[in-house]
Order: sequence, then structure tokens, then C-alpha cells
Amino acid sequence: MSTAVAETVSGGNGRQHEAAESYLSAGRGLRSWLTTLDHKRIGLMYLASILLFFFVGGMLAMGIRLELWTPAGELLDADMYNKFFTLHGAVMIFLFVIPGLPAALGNFVMPLMLGAKDVAFPRLNLFSYYLYCAGAVILLYTIISGGLDTGWTFYTPYSTTTDSSVVSAVSGAFVLGFSSILTGVNFIVTIHKMRAPGQGWYRLPLFVWSLYATAVMQILATPVLAITLLLLAVERTLHIGFFDPALGGDPVLFQHFFWFYSHPAVYIMIVPAFGIMSELITVHSRKNIFGYKAVALSSVAIAIIGFLVWGHHMFVSGQSEVASTLFSFLTFTVAVPTAIKIFSWVTTLYRGSISFTAPMLYALSFIFLFSIGGLTGLFLATLAIDVHLHDTYFVVGHFHYVMVGGNVIAFLGALHHWWPKMFGRKYNERLAAIAAALVFVGFNLTFFTQLVLGTRGMPRRYHSYLPEYTDLHQLSTVGSVILAVGLFLVGGYLLASLLKGERCSANPWGGVSLEWVASCPPSVHNFPGQPVVHGGPYQFEEIESSHAKVQA
Amino acid sequence: MNATVDRMNAHENEAFLRHHFYTPDQQSSAAKLGMWLFLAQEVLFFSGLFMVYTAFRYFYPDAFLAAHEHLSIPLGATNTLILLTSSLTMALAVRSAQTDQIAKLRLSLVLTILLAAGFLVVKYFEYSHKIHAGLLPGSLFAPHGVESLPETAKLFFSLYFVLTGLHGIHVIAGIGVIGWAFHKAGSGIIGSHYYTPIENVGLYWHFVDIVWIFLFPLLYLVR
Repeated sequence: MSTAVAETVSGGNGRQHEAAESYLSAGRGLRSWLTTLDHKRIGLMYLASILLFFFVGGMLAMGIRLELWTPAGELLDADMYNKFFTLHGAVMIFLFVIPGLPAALGNFVMPLMLGAKDVAFPRLNLFSYYLYCAGAVILLYTIISGGLDTGWTFYTPYSTTTDSSVVSAVSGAFVLGFSSILTGVNFIVTIHKMRAPGQGWYRLPLFVWSLYATAVMQILATPVLAITLLLLAVERTLHIGFFDPALGGDPVLFQHFFWFYSHPAVYIMIVPAFGIMSELITVHSRKNIFGYKAVALSSVAIAIIGFLVWGHHMFVSGQSEVASTLFSFLTFTVAVPTAIKIFSWVTTLYRGSISFTAPMLYALSFIFLFSIGGLTGLFLATLAIDVHLHDTYFVVGHFHYVMVGGNVIAFLGALHHWWPKMFGRKYNERLAAIAAALVFVGFNLTFFTQLVLGTRGMPRRYHSYLPEYTDLHQLSTVGSVILAVGLFLVGGYLLASLLKGERCSANPWGGVSLEWVASCPPSVHNFPGQPVVHGGPYQFEEIESSHAKVQA
Repeated sequence: MNATVDRMNAHENEAFLRHHFYTPDQQSSAAKLGMWLFLAQEVLFFSGLFMVYTAFRYFYPDAFLAAHEHLSIPLGATNTLILLTSSLTMALAVRSAQTDQIAKLRLSLVLTILLAAGFLVVKYFEYSHKIHAGLLPGSLFAPHGVESLPETAKLFFSLYFVLTGLHGIHVIAGIGVIGWAFHKAGSGIIGSHYYTPIENVGLYWHFVDIVWIFLFPLLYLVR
């Protein structure tokens, strides 16, 4: 079937295709993993690391939710609570969400999708991974050196005066930033230079397009965060006063700098999820994507507009009303390319042969949850409403609908979609369906209640609250437990599948993009020779033959 | 399709070609694109500081004017001349690599390193003067032996040290990578058929030069 769209030229470079040994079994022992230059192994090392930190961040979140079971702050005192939510945010964002989709899954899948043997700079790829590890260690050192209580945003002037461990935290984020930048550089070059013959830009799988848009943001936004955090560290050690009004500085300047990075950063987190959605929706409904170019270019549009909207985090900071109005308007324009994507996915599903596999279940969850996340974003982009909702649980709910409902759900869908490709084994579909349902229900129970809490005035970042919020907070905590059970179930059956899962064919879902042409699990150099592409990434055989019938 | 196979086999004996590339051209254009992207992030890295400079120059124009009097324009101009000359020797190095003149290539690289070191020597004298006069960033700011400066002048000196300090780190890194290029040039792999490493090191060095071309007027020539 794949011959219609792609084929492999035998012979190839000739220097290293003697045996098509699996990348998992070629070279054994810890050393062969730690010194590997293989993008697939580096991707798996990232995957193991980010899952560890997802667990750490999740446990911190459970601490927060348990504390909020009662109105009085009984479990954690105010200081400890501040440290819990700060580390929850910092760990989840810098160690899980940002590297999760590009560095872990993108690393594994993207070169395969291009028909390449590896990324353009394999050594730089490994170096990025070790920078990530170093950054993680420095960031986590914060826990034993007094914790961090500034929130993940490190707002001045509090971050320059608190006695918690700000310098180690920002140093960690600084190093992690460079890991992210170098991954971005590597990916852009790979996508430009390593595509298989015949694979024009409009034959790229949409996940590759989204990784390209993400990499642009990683390269252009992250260095500004790096310099901001550097200035913050210098400010703390030498009391320079760039951000301190008492010394002639301006704290709002820090917010401008921080959000110039951190708003594009939330698109760094969500845009690869859009790309994954396009893969899951098409393959599991056997339909070509509706409006390929619109979906591909809307990722790029989001990347560009994403640089112009940072001021919407600062509507109540005292920035000028003209600036706020412009930022509000520009924020609304982000909704256009995003809506194009949602529309295309729904239209792709229309009259498709939908199979309710786990990846499809997550894709359907994504459409539902991300729509809520996106629409609540429009509430917050509206100036007058934002003044009311700013710093309430509505913002927390919105953010988690986008980050968990968007990024994490897409991550789970992608993990199930490419799991057979990574390990050559099937997972238990029935348990996967149960887990997906638990995650969906648990997630909505946790965060929809927070949207309601926010509209009723519950402020964020408090460890105690007024008694009238008790019921909703308890519902939210129950939801978080259901969500946690669902996630542990996913971890359980995926680990079990590694040990005794049924071995699967190279192409269990019948995908036609190049990663499904590679053997399962792929060989060290991915393909026996150079693949050549003859068609688009979503031209499924059924569709082609039904078209032929219509024409006949 | 057969043409593809030929393309792959034609270059099997070229030692510098890494296994995951098919042609030297693919490899060198990838390396160059990678360097340009790296420089793009460097531009954004410094642009943050230039924004801070713009903001504070706008807030405190008089303090900046008064503070800059304590920078030495002759020393700054000397350093500008040194870096511009080093860009010339770097460009000559690339030219020599393209024309297979390995001895000239190595000489040009050594000259570039010497000029970079000269820049740091001049910077050392400038820094010692500032340290001696107490014109230091943040809480270390304690001017003595100079006429009175407004309190906000210390923001100028903080920026001066952060900007020139980061630039200095880039110069030191430049000495390192030019040294690596020198080593590479002696290994027999560089020549008219393969000179991407020299070109990329050159791109980086020109970037370091350009940052200084902005720093010199912004810090030394305030009017």
C-alpha cells in the first residue's frame, strides 16, 4: 500500500546498511545509550526524563489539591503552599511541557517522517539533552536550597527581595532555555535540508510543519527569556536596580521582557499539539486532512502573531490603554488561525471511517477541551472582562484547559499512536479506552469547577479561602484524583506492554507518512535506503480506491 | 531514482562527509543554515539588552550623558579598529581556505586570535580604570576621584558592564573556536573542496564584531 506514496531505494550510501538491526537492540548497556547519537534513542531518553518530571509536577499538584480540600490552610502553611505551586508550575512548564512534544516525540518521529537517517546535527542533539539534564538538576537543586516562592513567572520586585532560592531557579531555566534553542536550530535545519527526494513542503506531514513553527519561536523568543533571567540573577546579586523603582528601575519592564518570551512559549507548548492532532485525526479516520495548506500555514501564522500579543498578560499592570487595546485586538486575531485548525479537524472527521482507538479518543477529547481552553482565552483577551477575571481561578482553569486539555491530551494521543513504532508492541486497547475516559472526566471535573470558582471571585495562589467556595474546591480535588488514577492506569498498561505486549506489524494503523514505512521498531539508520516520496502524507489507499470507483 | 543512487555513491570516499548526509553540499548548507539560525538567537539575546538600554537612556538622558564622559573614546576607538582588522584577517582566512593556501589560512587565523587577545588587553585597562574609580554596577557603585555623578548613573555603568561583559565572553569564546579552526586547518581536511568550518567560525566572528560596532557608539559616543 505504501508503495503508492513512498518507496525505498535500496543500496543507499553503502557504508552502513549491512544489517537492519532494531535501534533498541543495536548496542547494549547504559553506555551505549548515554553516548548515542541516534535521534530515536535521544527521543526516548527525553521521554523517560519528561515522564519522571511529569510525575514530580503531578505530585506537587496533588499536594495543592489536597491542601484546598478545606477552607482553612491546614495541610500546608502559606509559605509551603507558595513553594508547592511555584515548583509545580516551574517543573511542569520548563521540564515537561516545553520539551515534551518537540524534544521527546518530535525527536523520535520527525526524522522518520522526512525519510532521513537522523537530525542534521546528531551531536548537538545529544548535547541539548545533556543541557536539559543539567538545567533540570539546577532547577531541582532549588528544592533543597530553600525552595522558590515567586510563582513560575519570577515577577519583580518580589523575586528580587524574597529570601527563597531565585538564583538557582533562574539559572536552571536559563540552561533549559539553551537546550530548547539548540533543539529548535537542529529541527529547522533538519526540515530544510534532510527531506527525502520528492518530499516538497506541501507533502510534509503536518506534525513537521508544526515543529517548524515551534522551532522558529524557540529560536527567536527563548534568548529574550535567557537575557531577562540573567538580568534578574545579576539584579539579585548586585542590586543593580533595572527592575527596582527605588533604584530608578521599572518592574513592569520585567513583565514586558518575561512575557515577550513566555507568551510565544505557550505556543511553543501548544503548536506541536496541533500538529499531532492532524496526524491522529487523519490516520484514525482514514481521511485526507481538510485544507492541508490552511492547517500548515495557520501554525506559522500563530507563531508570527504569537510574538505580538504579550501585553495581554499585563492589562492590570498599568501599561497604557492604547497598548492594552492593541494587545487585546491582536489577541483576538490569534483565534482565527486556531479556529481554522479546529474547523479543518472537524471537517476531516465528517464522513471519515472513524475508529475509536485510543489515539482517536484523545483527539476527540482534544477538540472538546481545547475549544473550551481557546474560548475562555477570548474572555480573558477582552479588556473589561479581564480586569474582573485577572488573577482568579478562571485564569488557572483557562491555562490548564489549554496546557493539559491541549498539550497533555495530545501528548497522550501521540504516545499511543507512535508507541507501537517506538517499541514494536501493542498496548491494551480496552484499558486504554477506560483510561482515556477517566482522564477526560477527571480533567473536566478538576478544571471546569475552577472556571466557575474564578467567575465567583476565588483568587489564585491562596492556601486558604472563604467557606462558600468549599464545595467547588472539593469537586475539583475529587476530579484531580480521578485524573491521577487515569494517568497511572496509562503508565501501568504501557509499561506492561513493554514486557508482554503483542508484537505488531510495521504499520498497525495503516498510516502512509514515511515513519510507517520504517520497520517496527525502526532499524538504526531508519530505512534500508533512501525513501522517495510520490504523494501526500494522508493519501490513504481506501480513499484513493473509492475515488477511482467514483470516477469509473 | 537511479540518479539518486548515483548521487549517493559518488561521494563515498570523502572523509569529512558524515554518515547521515548524502552529499557534501547537503552537509555544508545544513551547517551554514545552522550557524545563521544560531546567530539569529544571538541577535535576540543581545536585543533584549539593547531594549533595556533604550528604556533607561529614555528615562535618564542626562545621567547617561554625564556617565559616558568616564569612558575613554580613544581606547574604545582603538578597540573598534582592532576588531575591524580582525574581521579582515578572518575574511582572508576564509579566502585562503577556498584557494587551498593552508599556510596563509593558518597565519590569518593566528593573526585573528592575536587581535582578539589585543582587544581583551585594552578592555582590561578600561575595566581596571573603572574599578579604580569605583564606577561599578549596582551596590558596588562608589565613585571616588571623579566629579559628582547623579545616582542613576550607576544604571549606565551596570549596563556598561553587562553589555561589554557579555560581549567579552563572546570574544573569549571566539578565541576558542578560532583556535579550533586553526587545529582543523592543520589536520589536512580543509581545502577548496571543504571549508565550511572556517566559514562558520568566520560568520560567528563577524557577529561578535558587529555587536561591538553597536556598543561603541551607544556607550562611548553618547550625545
